Amino acid sequence: MSARLRWRKFVSGFMLTMTGVCALVAVSVLCFILGYLVFHGGTSIGWNFFTKLPAPVGETGGGMANAILGSAKLLFLASLFGVPIGFFGAIYLAEFSGSTVAFIVRYAADLLNGVPSIVIGIFAYSMVVLPFKHFSTLAGGFALGLMMIPITLRSTEEFLRSVPNALREGAMALGASKWKTIATVIVPTAYRGILTAVLLAFARVAGETAPLLFTAFGNRFWSHRWNEPTASLPVMIFTYAISPYDDWHRQAWAAGLVLLGLILAINIVARAILSRGSAVPRS
Amino acid sequence: MHASVRPAVSVNIPPIVTNAATRETAAALAMRMTVSKVNFFYGTKQTLFDINLGIAANKVTALIGPSGCGKSTLLRTLNRMYETVRNARLEGEILLDGKSILSQDVTALRRCIGMVFQRPNPFPKSIFDNVAYGLRINGSKVPLSEAVEKSLRRAALWDEVKDHLHKSAYELSGGQQQRLCIARALAVEPEVLLLDEPCSALDPISTAKIEELLVQLKDLCTIVTVTHNMQQAARMSDFTAFLLIGQLIEFNPTPQLFTTPGDPRTEAYITGRFG
Repeated sequence: MSARLRWRKFVSGFMLTMTGVCALVAVSVLCFILGYLVFHGGTSIGWNFFTKLPAPVGETGGGMANAILGSAKLLFLASLFGVPIGFFGAIYLAEFSGSTVAFIVRYAADLLNGVPSIVIGIFAYSMVVLPFKHFSTLAGGFALGLMMIPITLRSTEEFLRSVPNALREGAMALGASKWKTIATVIVPTAYRGILTAVLLAFARVAGETAPLLFTAFGNRFWSHRWNEPTASLPVMIFTYAISPYDDWHRQAWAAGLVLLGLILAINIVARAILSRGSAVPRS
Repeated sequence: MHASVRPAVSVNIPPIVTNAATRETAAALAMRMTVSKVNFFYGTKQTLFDINLGIAANKVTALIGPSGCGKSTLLRTLNRMYETVRNARLEGEILLDGKSILSQDVTALRRCIGMVFQRPNPFPKSIFDNVAYGLRINGSKVPLSEAVEKSLRRAALWDEVKDHLHKSAYELSGGQQQRLCIARALAVEPEVLLLDEPCSALDPISTAKIEELLVQLKDLCTIVTVTHNMQQAARMSDFTAFLLIGQLIEFNPTPQLFTTPGDPRTEAYITGRFG
C-alpha cells in the first residue's frame, strides 16, 4: 500500500469517526436531559403535583395545578389567535397571491419567526399589559399567539403547495369556484400536514418563558379571570429554579419533566399523523 | 338527456372547411360550439393564430398535431381553463349554443363543459364522493345515489366498483381512475366533454375501453378530444383538426383528412414524416 493510499484511508476513517461521534453527541444530549430530569424531578411527580396549589414558602409539598391549568389556558388563547391567522394567511399565500406579494409576506414571516421571544414579550407588554394596567392570561396568550403565526403560516403554506395542481384543475373544471375548490379539495387533501404544522407550532411555544415573564407574569394561586396574572409551567420552572429551597428545585425539575413530556408527546403524535401517509400518492 | 332535448342552435359557421362537399355536410350539422378568429397569448408569446373551428353537436372532434402545436391550449380555451394561468390572454370569440362563453359566469360555463385531463386526477375521496362532487358543489337536488350510479354506468365502471363505492378512489387502477374522472364529469350532465389526451397515461386495454366508451357517449354530449395518437383520432373521431405551431392547418371529416389530406403538411404529418 502506497503512502498516499494509506493517508487517504486514514482521512476517510477519521472523517467517518468524527461525523459518527457528532451524530451520537446530538442524540445523547436529549437522552442526557431526559435522564437528568427524571433523576431530579421524578420523585416529585405524583398526584399532588397535578392537583395541589404551590405550598407556602417554608412548607414542603404542594403542586403546580395552577401552573398546568394556566399553561393550558395560555396555549388555548395562543392557538385561538395564532392558528387562524397563520392558516388563512397561508391559504392566501399559496392560492391567491402573486409572486411579489408572496415573497414579501414569506420574508416577513421568516423575520417574525426570528424575532427573539423576549422582544415579542416586550411588544405584548406594551400592547396589552400597559393599556389594561394588568398582567394577564390575555397578554400571555397574545404573546404566544404572535409566535405561532409565522410557524403555522410557513408550514401550512408548504403543505398547501404540495397539493397537486391537477386536483385544483379537476375541481375547477367541474364548476367549483376558487373558494369551493380550496374548502372541498385542497384543504381536505392537505389536512394531515396542516394539523402537524399546528401541533408543532403549539409544541414550539409551549415551552416559551421569556414572553410570559412580563405578560402572564405568575401567580401562586388560581387565576380566575382572563385578565388576571396566571402561573405557567415555564415561568414556574424559572422562579423555582432560582429559589434557595431544595424542595422547590425538585419541583422545578418535575415541572421541566412534565413540560418536556408534553412536547415530546405532541411531536410523536404529529409524526404519527404525518406518517399515516399523504392523502395523495406521489407519482 | 338534456343535450338532445335542447333544440340545436345553428349559428354562422366560419369558413373552416376546405372543399365544397365537406362544406355541405358541415352546414347540415348543428354546431354546438363555434370558435372564431381566436388568437391566444401567454404574456407576449402568441401560441394560437387566428383559429376558426366549428364543433358539431353529438360528434367526436379530435385535435391532433405534434407536441407544442397548441392543441391543448385550444382545448383549454373552450371551457376557459386557460384563465387559471397568469398572463394568459384570449382574443376572438367562442360561442356555445350561439352565446359567447367569454361573457358567461365561468363556474356555470364549466358545468356545461366538462373536462377530463391527461393524467387521472381523482380527488382523495371515496369513489362515491368523487362522482357526487360536482352535484354537491352545485347544490343539486337530484338523489345522489341514483345520479352516481347512472354516471358510473355511463362511464362503464359501475360493475367493477358497485360493491365498494366507499373505498378510496386511489385503490382503482389507472384506467379505472380515468373512467371515474369521466363519470365525475358526466354526473353534472355537461353538453360538451373535453378530453386532454385522456389515454396517454394508460395501457392499451384501458385505452381501448375508453375509446369505445367515448364513441358511445356521443349520444349524450358533444366530445372534443386532444390526442397525439393519430390511429386513435382515426378510430374514434368524426372530425379531425390538424394544428401546427399554433395554426389550424386543416379541419375536415376524419375519413377525408386521413385518406385525402387537403394540405401537404397534413399529409406529411399523418404519414409520419415528422412529429
